[in-house]
Amino acid sequence: MAGIASFLGRRLFKAVFILLAIVVINFLLVRAAPGDPAMVMAGEAGAADEQYVQQLREQFGLDRPLHVQLGIYVRDVAMGDLGYSYRQQRPVWDLIADRLPATLILTGTAFALALAAGIALGTLAAMNVGRWSDSAITVLALVSYATPIFWVGLMLILLFSVQLGWLPAFGYESIGAGYTGFERVLDIARHMVLPVVTLGLFYMAVYARLTRASILEVRDMDFVKTARAKGLGETRIVLKHVLRNAILPVITFAGIQAGHLVGGSILIETVFAWPGIGRLAFDAVLQRDYQVLLGIFFVTSVLVIVFNILTDLVYSLVDPRIEVA
Amino acid sequence: MTRDFWKAFARNRGAVIGLGILALVVLCALLADFIYPASPWEMTAMPFQPPGSEDALLGSDTLGRDIAAGIVHGARVSLLIGLTSTAVALLIGVTLGAVAGFHGGRVDDAIMRFTELFQTIPNFVLAVVLVAIFTPTIANIVIAIAIVSWPPLARLARGEFMALRSREFVQAAVTTGQGTGTIIFRHILPNSLSPIIVSASLMVATAILLESSLSFLGLGDPNVMSWGYMIGAARTVIRQAWWMSFFPGIAILLTVLALNLVGEGLNDALNPKLARKGKA
Repeated sequence: MAGIASFLGRRLFKAVFILLAIVVINFLLVRAAPGDPAMVMAGEAGAADEQYVQQLREQFGLDRPLHVQLGIYVRDVAMGDLGYSYRQQRPVWDLIADRLPATLILTGTAFALALAAGIALGTLAAMNVGRWSDSAITVLALVSYATPIFWVGLMLILLFSVQLGWLPAFGYESIGAGYTGFERVLDIARHMVLPVVTLGLFYMAVYARLTRASILEVRDMDFVKTARAKGLGETRIVLKHVLRNAILPVITFAGIQAGHLVGGSILIETVFAWPGIGRLAFDAVLQRDYQVLLGIFFVTSVLVIVFNILTDLVYSLVDPRIEVA
Repeated sequence: MTRDFWKAFARNRGAVIGLGILALVVLCALLADFIYPASPWEMTAMPFQPPGSEDALLGSDTLGRDIAAGIVHGARVSLLIGLTSTAVALLIGVTLGAVAGFHGGRVDDAIMRFTELFQTIPNFVLAVVLVAIFTPTIANIVIAIAIVSWPPLARLARGEFMALRSREFVQAAVTTGQGTGTIIFRHILPNSLSPIIVSASLMVATAILLESSLSFLGLGDPNVMSWGYMIGAARTVIRQAWWMSFFPGIAILLTVLALNLVGEGLNDALNPKLARKGKA
């Protein structure tokens, strides 16, 4: 247990370092954004006389040297202040906090399903190497690798919402339907099907390919031969001996991919009008609301770091050989 | 050498098909002005013409622009951005990776920390932020894509350089007093080229996908027609006009698929020792 604690401690230390670097990048980007920030703020607030701009400069410390400004910025972020969106007349953090749950539900579900389906398909392909099911899965993986996810989303809408009318095309729940309790959960679940499938499809392909390759590597190792020599059944060998070892690189890779998943949610939420931070990012891009955009950049980076630490923990649980100390 | 290379490449049927598709896309990009002399932004037909109409083979969009013309001209931007951003990413990634792998020690540590930082940052979000802040021009899009895609190349180059650094022929070059630059460029780099070429070919595909995603969000260069932009603009009328987003998507899919297939073929041909298992 002490091992895990010290391991977590080191990971957290590293995480803080990375976080600090991201804050600095964020600060530089805020300064690089077009226009004098004070002028921009004044413009967005609807008043731009010289005195007001000067007052804004002093208020936000924009007249001080750059490193002092950086200090102020780091302090603000540490206290949860990510700036103020004049477009929406609300603090950036409030805007993001409102939207965060929807994004977490969407990406979390998509990730879990993609991982489960990917490992299952990859195992299936590896067990049937060279047969048609293997080729089919390989082709499916290749095609989903090459397809832009926003386009997949649109095509799924076309098929399942416009043509077949089975599933709602956009939104989080039926507006004005007044569902409560279980009915509401069901309604949200129906809205989730298409975005989750779209987002998950690509990652499912990635994990399937990875699992397949990894199993093929492990399959010929000595301990598998031993298991086979003992006369164990093929299913048992695959599940208990091969998969347990083959799954490790998949987990590592899945952890690294977390950031991509969050990025992908910008596209998915735009296509499906899903009210998460991805959609917020798209609106911020349209309105050139840089404060919001950079706030999202920061929050998604934090999410990725948290997720990476979680993956490391899972990894150390799945593979007892890994010394966390 | 070259004949062996082609033989090994041609053994992978997918790679040959991929090369064929890719050649077609390149042809489209080169001959765009001949096939559709008019600007792809120009209204040439009635708006909302379905595919197969007289004046628009693949239909027209909401403003009466020819979808087919847009696709042919869009090939240019996709290929241009895919290739140049990969070149820039190669420059950053291979340089950093080479320095880290060659020198080792503290330099290696520092560079790898830096690389890790960029691997942690959600790359598409960073690309969106960069392009939005520095305004969407082709140059900025290329730089943004390069900035978010160099880390894997750096890791790859570092590994190769570390492995080759201790080989006899490099040691011999060090002993004979050759300069660091000579050793890196004349001895190590040529020997680490094949895995780098394979990764680069796959990276062109990723870069094209990234570009299409950016322009789908309205972050493409407003002066050039691109596939992602066409899909983004047609998104809201998907119920009335499927063809406006369907055909550009097919163009992206085929191009990226072709590049991936070619990348795999290159892998088979350049790294015969690592030929993928289970490829009966």
